[in-house]
Amino acid sequence: MADAVEVEQGCLARVRQHFRQELDGLRNAGLFKEERFIHAPQAADIEVEFPAGATPRQVINLCANNYLGLSSHPEVVAAAHAGLEARGYGMSSVRFICGTQDIHRELEQRLTTFLGTEDTLLFPSCMDANAGVFEALLGEQDVMIADRLVHASIVDGMRLSKAMQDTFKHSDMAHLEEKLQEHQDKRFRLVITDGVFSMDGDLARLDDIVALAERYGAMVFVDDSHATGFIGKTGRGTHEQKGVFGKIDIITTTLGKALGGASGGCVSGRAELVEMCRQRARPYLFSNSVPPVIVAGALKVLELISRTTERRDALEENTRYWRRLLTEAGFDIKPGESPIVPVMLYHAKLAQDVARDLFAEGIYVVGFFFPVVPKGQARIRTQLSAAHQKAHLDRAIEAFVKVGRKHDILNKSKKAITERYGL
Amino acid sequence: MDELRRVILDYVVKEYLEEGDDREVVVDTPLITGGIVDSFSMVSLKRFLEKKYTIQIPDAEATPTAFDSVERIASLVERIRGARAGA
Repeated sequence: MADAVEVEQGCLARVRQHFRQELDGLRNAGLFKEERFIHAPQAADIEVEFPAGATPRQVINLCANNYLGLSSHPEVVAAAHAGLEARGYGMSSVRFICGTQDIHRELEQRLTTFLGTEDTLLFPSCMDANAGVFEALLGEQDVMIADRLVHASIVDGMRLSKAMQDTFKHSDMAHLEEKLQEHQDKRFRLVITDGVFSMDGDLARLDDIVALAERYGAMVFVDDSHATGFIGKTGRGTHEQKGVFGKIDIITTTLGKALGGASGGCVSGRAELVEMCRQRARPYLFSNSVPPVIVAGALKVLELISRTTERRDALEENTRYWRRLLTEAGFDIKPGESPIVPVMLYHAKLAQDVARDLFAEGIYVVGFFFPVVPKGQARIRTQLSAAHQKAHLDRAIEAFVKVGRKHDILNKSKKAITERYGL
Repeated sequence: MDELRRVILDYVVKEYLEEGDDREVVVDTPLITGGIVDSFSMVSLKRFLEKKYTIQIPDAEATPTAFDSVERIASLVERIRGARAGA
């Protein structure tokens, strides 16, 4: 018995040592992620404790996916409270055993109408929707052709499917067409893209993708997590913006960003495809239902954004204003129309240093670098919200200019920045 | 540069470099660790080699390390073709 204990302790010691070294490696490479503790509801102004143990300070939040400012909206909070009272806290079940309430189906129907599809199935998250959808629908006779910049959850989901994987260069329609021609021998072809790309903020060329898909007999899949609720004239998503509403075969999206920001996601699309996900998608089959409190809040969100476009209009205006301020100040930003506005710094440590200095100035942003973005493409990703007032953005640009001057990056080309800091 | 390396190099440049990407790729340029090819898009390269040279590259050998340069890929292809010829 004593020997068994010693062996176990020896094993644990080896495991601990191994992972301590791994973690030290991440720290030394500057890849270690640290959480910042927020002492407030999600909003444009938040109190943040960072580093851990520091006195919380008031900062302007420019890095949340709270695009419509609904995460803490009083009507959404009230609806969530009412849902909690009316339908309880949890379901203690997966959907198909005893975890489906009337409000789950109501939310699915409301999402179907909003997205312009035929049916919808809720998942615990969009990550889960993406993890389940490809395996449920495609087999080894089929091919998945994905834009190379799709979200990591799509990459993971594709790896779980037996269908052949292929990729095309980011938003390169000629390359996609080559791939569609190459795979004409397959049973089904599925073109896969994000609607709005999360790191660059650009929109997929869905009109061209749908045209190619029609020409070559392919289905189209769009993850519209960074678009649902605000892209397009009435906020239905990238398919509305690109004039292909009703023509997308499968849309996945999230309740965890613009639509209240809690959690939950869905697969929405052609009725038979959604039904097959209901029968076969493993994250749906083997994880608990979205909690009633979130369903009730999401129903209120859909009601609010179907009633008026005021919030997405305010977001659009904030986006335009912020892009103009950054450009006039001499920052190198990725062009586009989405509220994801990347400020390009190219060098990983520079991105981290600028983010740190901005935090000291009361602006909460995060630096992104390899492997989250390609090598030599480090950046600070700023994200707008309908909850921002012009005063927030005016205050933020003052801080950006101050920090930009300190690092001598204003009105500097990529070449000038990389010559000084490297890649 | 021999024909095998030329074919692989041409494929890598055509398949992976974006328009306007002026990085020079030579036979020993790091592809995976250099951020030119990622493990997600590497599958098309594997399939190209299998089709072009009528070989089967076992998944266990199609590693990011083995695919990290044109030189390494060519060596892998040579080894697999050599083993088949000697079988």
